[in-house]
This record gives sequence, structure tokens and C-alpha cells, in this order.
Amino acid sequence: MQSQYLFIAIFAVVALALPAIGLAVAWALRPKKPNPIKNSTYECGMETIGETWVQFRAQYYLYALIFVVFDVEAAFIFPWAVAYNQLGLYALVEMILFVAILFGGLMYAWRKGALEWR
Amino acid sequence: MEYISNFFVNLGNSWTSLLSSFLPPWAVILINFIIVALLLVLMPVIATMTLTIMERKIIARIQNRIGPNRVGPWGIFQAIPDAIKLLTKEDIVPVNADKPLFNLAPLLIFLGAALLWAVIPFGRGVIGQDLNVGVLYLVAVGSISTIAIVMAGWSSNNKFALIGAFRIVAQLLSYEIPMVLAMASVVALVGTMKMGEIVELQSIPFLLILPVAFITYILAAAAETGRAPFDLVEADSEIVAGYFIEYSGLKFGWFYIAEYGNLLAVSAIAATLFLGGWRGPFADQAPVLGPLYFGIKTILIVFLLMWIRGTWPRFRIDQMLALAWKVLVPLGLFNLLWVATMIKLPLPVWLQWAFILAGNVLALLVTLTLMGQAAKRYAARRGMVGTRA
Repeated sequence: MQSQYLFIAIFAVVALALPAIGLAVAWALRPKKPNPIKNSTYECGMETIGETWVQFRAQYYLYALIFVVFDVEAAFIFPWAVAYNQLGLYALVEMILFVAILFGGLMYAWRKGALEWR
Repeated sequence: MEYISNFFVNLGNSWTSLLSSFLPPWAVILINFIIVALLLVLMPVIATMTLTIMERKIIARIQNRIGPNRVGPWGIFQAIPDAIKLLTKEDIVPVNADKPLFNLAPLLIFLGAALLWAVIPFGRGVIGQDLNVGVLYLVAVGSISTIAIVMAGWSSNNKFALIGAFRIVAQLLSYEIPMVLAMASVVALVGTMKMGEIVELQSIPFLLILPVAFITYILAAAAETGRAPFDLVEADSEIVAGYFIEYSGLKFGWFYIAEYGNLLAVSAIAATLFLGGWRGPFADQAPVLGPLYFGIKTILIVFLLMWIRGTWPRFRIDQMLALAWKVLVPLGLFNLLWVATMIKLPLPVWLQWAFILAGNVLALLVTLTLMGQAAKRYAARRGMVGTRA
């Protein structure tokens, strides 16, 4: 059991090492001739105007909020699905109630216009 | 003959016993883990070397072109000069970039693409580790690439890159829910999250029982890998290339490798969950056939995704998000509850599965009808061509 996760840890180290080694090889092979024009930000040949790291539109955050609700639900659905065959009828009733509440939330967001892209 | 029929498992056993003859057990386990990790970590690279040429050829044929045909017979070695070119290109780091994040993002995105392969069963017993949380692990590891993409887009300090990163966050978050629901309906049907066991319990491919889950999964997979028709994160004509606009040389190369590694991984997961993985004729007598069947099924799904890319136009962002939240999420929730209700009915298994299939087909028909009506209403409201009397 622990050895399974030891494998995942070793795998993660190897998976980080491979691109790092690749970049090191590329560093040895590639030409290095930087100049200020080359290193400027690429925006279709125009000079960059203004700050890039600005406040962004709130629409993206609305989707992120709805996502959080549904992602918490995923953490509940998977254990429920694994244990489902051993559970009685109440597991089904419980999940129907849970999904109904969740779906109610989705309908609320829908009616409020949170799902419309404006 | 006995040895050949289960070649991969027997080879592993012989190798282990060879090592055990002169090494302590913990060293044998460690060496085996490192060898398996080295083999699996190459999967995204292999995917890139083979799938790029396949994709370019298929898209070319769909668009009535020939595609690459200069390097080697039919251009099949095209990937090798491409790799050499990427390796020897100058690395340009923009002056305004946030350098630590900018350099870390390619490593992290490759990590996300490679880790998926740890739980994918290639054959009976030919699997990195059959984790008991396998499916959940796939969902969790798949999220690493989202972080890497936001890092790349934010640290580039480029407006196109930032727009690309914000778009992909909205897209990946939205399509993760239908993907989770499609996977959960399979898990509810078999009652385990172990990828190996899901294949063992799949006496008929789940595509024939849960077509809605399969279609949802394929659409979500196309969106999660950022491929057409959901490629608005890297739409060349709008935001040039999206989040990796400032990357060059091999740093760009790792993004590219991760993209194709993800494409092969989601296809392999779809083959495992819905097409019966390594199962096929005589696979029980000769398990060596398993990886072959698994490969064929995976490539079929890769072809399906390439076909979709070649023939469908790109979605707009509001259409893309509406498809996820207004169509696929309700459909996925209904599908999950339908599966749960049917397997609690006191009926023989084949009758339960028939009911599940019937419900799936019905749900698909209702969804398509409602979508058609919504499209007609939309066209009438906007006064589009052919809708006025």
C-alpha cells in the first residue's frame, strides 16, 4: 500500500527530471545571442501599452465559484459510487436529495444569469 | 509457448528473480520502480513522435492536402528533424517575464501529462500501480496542467498569454465536471476505482451500456486537452497562440509534448473505461494480446478526436461554456442517478443494463431535441438567414 505511493513519488521525481535534463541538453546546444528587441514582449509587432497584470473581468470568477460547488460534490460522489453496491436503498435516496439540492443551485445560477457570457 | 502467451508479466517475474538472487528485497523493489517509471515517463514523448505525424497526415487528407512527405517514406520520420530543430533553437525569455515561474511551467505541465500514465492498465498485470483510488487519481493529477498553464500565461507578462490562460481556466474548470460525472457513472456501475479491476469487470464494453457517458467523456476530453472545436485557448487567429506565446525552443517543446501526451492519455482512459481496455478475443488465453488490443482501441479514439478536430468549426466562448453547464452537467447528473436507480432494482443484471441503455438513448434524444429547439429560437431572435418568412 505504501509502496504504491512510493512508486508515484519516484515517478514524479523522474517526470520532473526528464524535462530538466532535456532543457540542460538544449542549453548546451542552442545559440545564446540575446538583444533588447528580441527579448521584448511579443504582441504582434506593436509596442506593449500599459500594465498586463491588471484586474480581470469577474465573469471568470463566477464560473470558478460554481466549479468549487461541483468539485466538492465530486469528492462525495466517488466514495459513494465505490461503496454503493454494499449500501441499502437509503444511499440512493440520499444521493437523489444531494443532487436535487445541487441541481437547484445550478438552476438558481442559471436563472440569475451567472451562466450567460456578457 | 507458456512463457510467450503472458510475455510481459513473465518477463517482469524473470527479471525480478534474477535481481533477487544477489540483491536485498528493498533494492529489487526500488530498481523495478525506477525502471517502470523510466518506461512510463517516455509515453508522452513517444505519443508526440507518432501522433504529430498521424495528426498532420489525417488533417491534411481531410483538407484535401498531402501533408508532410519529404523525410523518410510518406514523411513518417518528420518528427525527428522537428525534435532536433526544437532542441537547437535559441531560448528567448522576455525581459518583463516572471522568470522563476516562467521556467517552472514547462516542467510542471510535463509532470501533469506523465503522471496520468501511472494507473493506466496496458494489459492484465501490465500497469504502473493499480491504485485503489485510480479514477480519482486521474482527475486529481489532470488538474496539475491547469496550474502549469495559469503559471505560463501569468508569468509571460503578455496580454495574449493572459487572455489565453483565463480562457483555459474557465474551460478546464467547466469541463472537469462533466468528465467527473461520466467517470463516476462507470464507477457506480462496477463499484471500484481500480483501473485494472474496471477492465476485469467489463464483460461487455461500457460504451454499449452508457453511450451518454462516453459521448460526454469524449467532448470533455477534447476540451480538457484544448483541441478543436474547443481550441479557443490557443486560437491562432484571435490570441496568436494563447498561454505559450512567449515560449521558444525546447520550453515550447515540453508544452507540445504534454499536449500530445494528454491526448494519448485521455484516449487511453476512454479505451479503458468504455471500450473494455485490453479485453478482446483470446486475450484471456494469451494475455500478451492485451496491450495490442488496448493500443488499437486507444488509436481508434485518437483518430476520432482528430476527425472531430478536422471537421468541426471552433466554438465561441459563450457557446463552449453553455454546452458544459447547460447541457453536459444536467445530462451527467441525470445519467449518474439513472445508473444508480437501475442497479438497485431487483432484476437480473442484463435487464438492468438494458434499462440503463434505454434511459441513455432516451436522454440523448431529449437533449438533442431541446438543443435543436434552442438553436432555432436563437437564430430567430438574431434574425439569421433563412429564419425570416
